[in-house]
Amino acid sequence: MTKQAFHHALKIDKDLCIGCANCMRVCPTEAIRVREGKANLEANRCIDCGECYRHCPVNAIIIEQDDFTNIHNFQYRVALVPSIFFGQFPEDVQTEEIHSSLKQQGFTHVFEVENSTEIVWRKQQEELKNQENTRPLISAFCPAIVRLIQVKFPSLIPNLLSIKPPLDVSALYFKKKLIDQGITEDKIGIFYITQCAAKIAAIKSPVGEDKSAIDGVINMDYLYNKVFTFIKQHNNDRCALPDRQHLSSRDILWSLTNGEKDHNGQRSLAIDGINNVMAILERVENEEMSNIDFLELRACDESCAGGVLTSGNRFLTVERMRNRAENATEQKNEEFLSYRDYLLNNITIGPVEPRSMMKLDNDLSIALRKMRQVQMTMERLPRVDCTVCGAPSCRALAEDIVQGKASINDCIFIQKRKEQKELMSKEESLEIMKSIWGKPKLDKNR
Amino acid sequence: MNIKFDIEGGNFSSAGLASSEVKRLLKQLNIDIKTIKRLVVAMYEAEVNIVAHAYQGEADVEINEDHIKVVFTDHGPGIDDIDLAMQKGYSTASEQVREMGFGAGMGLPNIKSHADKLNITSEVGKGTRVEIICYLNA
Repeated sequence: MTKQAFHHALKIDKDLCIGCANCMRVCPTEAIRVREGKANLEANRCIDCGECYRHCPVNAIIIEQDDFTNIHNFQYRVALVPSIFFGQFPEDVQTEEIHSSLKQQGFTHVFEVENSTEIVWRKQQEELKNQENTRPLISAFCPAIVRLIQVKFPSLIPNLLSIKPPLDVSALYFKKKLIDQGITEDKIGIFYITQCAAKIAAIKSPVGEDKSAIDGVINMDYLYNKVFTFIKQHNNDRCALPDRQHLSSRDILWSLTNGEKDHNGQRSLAIDGINNVMAILERVENEEMSNIDFLELRACDESCAGGVLTSGNRFLTVERMRNRAENATEQKNEEFLSYRDYLLNNITIGPVEPRSMMKLDNDLSIALRKMRQVQMTMERLPRVDCTVCGAPSCRALAEDIVQGKASINDCIFIQKRKEQKELMSKEESLEIMKSIWGKPKLDKNR
Repeated sequence: MNIKFDIEGGNFSSAGLASSEVKRLLKQLNIDIKTIKRLVVAMYEAEVNIVAHAYQGEADVEINEDHIKVVFTDHGPGIDDIDLAMQKGYSTASEQVREMGFGAGMGLPNIKSHADKLNITSEVGKGTRVEIICYLNA
């Protein structure tokens, strides 16, 4: 039986897509092809990193989210807010103001995700000691990275630290806390305010877990606009509730680049940007990095501050968060600490399964035959990666051909050669182009 | 299936190109990740050896259904005493090479511990031939 396709937060709106192929050219896992003038996403290859969303000129990549009114399906509505959210606002907007404005939007509780950083960090420290023979250990903080390792670097799955990120730990804590107050679970709705698509995918189909403790996801840019509008309109009666939570400087900066690195291991590296991460993972696979203790890997440039659903400039966000961290005065959250044992018992992620997208066939002799065919096909292709065939590279086309998903005639260089040898008519090659890029783009009256 | 890679002596940034490409191919063949890792580590060490010691060399990779064979041949100084070179920590690497983080004398021993078979033949002043075999599903 084939495994069910993986849930993705990223979808392509075919009505909006103009088939420009910008997304296809930047996709780090080559998950996109263009057919009939529209981008198509191959679900098994997508890791929800959001690079396509970033590069789409017409906003045709959509990130699914839960309808905001869903929060009212619950009597107790908890907003789990990452500290990145507070970094979106201009500096004259106070943290307390944002807290109270969030409540005005309908949440009954507002809890900062990074409250549980301490517990995650302690567990990381413990694992760095316990697993001293596995180096480097890789943080499971960024869900796009966990998925990248599953599909492209399955040999590094044993290096992944099986510790839930603060988001999941905070969700567990708040749910348990409300249940302990006598509230039944069905009345509690935990909503995460997300800065990226990968977190949505991680919540809707978690890796190494059956079900997430989070009930819904609200996109950060949507809520930012709502909250900021509210603050602007209520400029004169700033209704700051005494709701201050005291995160330490470490907690506030955890989701930024170096946030984990600065607190883990004798020798550790922090890498942001999906292409930088892939280059490092290649080296880790060759065991060139076995003297490094810990790798903090984040898919986005400037880590979560560069998340695709953020509104602010990522560098300004980082600056604001650093300012906030400098003025931070940590205060022990006694209530949270009383749940320490419960959380530590539930902090481990189950086994992460490889999800190799790369294999040509399950049967080795068939795969080997296909590989020879790819090699032979590559010799006929121009290796210019022009993408006119609707695939991101000559190699991707060669693999698609061998898998029966494309034809060598899709290559415009082959078409020219065949036309010259009178093996293909001009009409035939035009039809091929139409099948890839859609009729309108090849309309002679255009 | 056969693939050939040229390896340039003295160019450390090119060390690993052959093993990375072979790694990509073996992943496509759905070969067990532990076997891939063993072969890739052995190959990488052999590549570094050529870069660090020889003027020029090549890797001939042969992928079969039951085993993978890689033959590294180089034009270089050759190895005078192969048994000595196989000892952990023994190295003739220059100071310059050591400063780059290589030359710890673990190259050949590391290849031996990762590969299923290792054959080395060498002629002083001419070059070295290193043959690595990894069995699949062993």
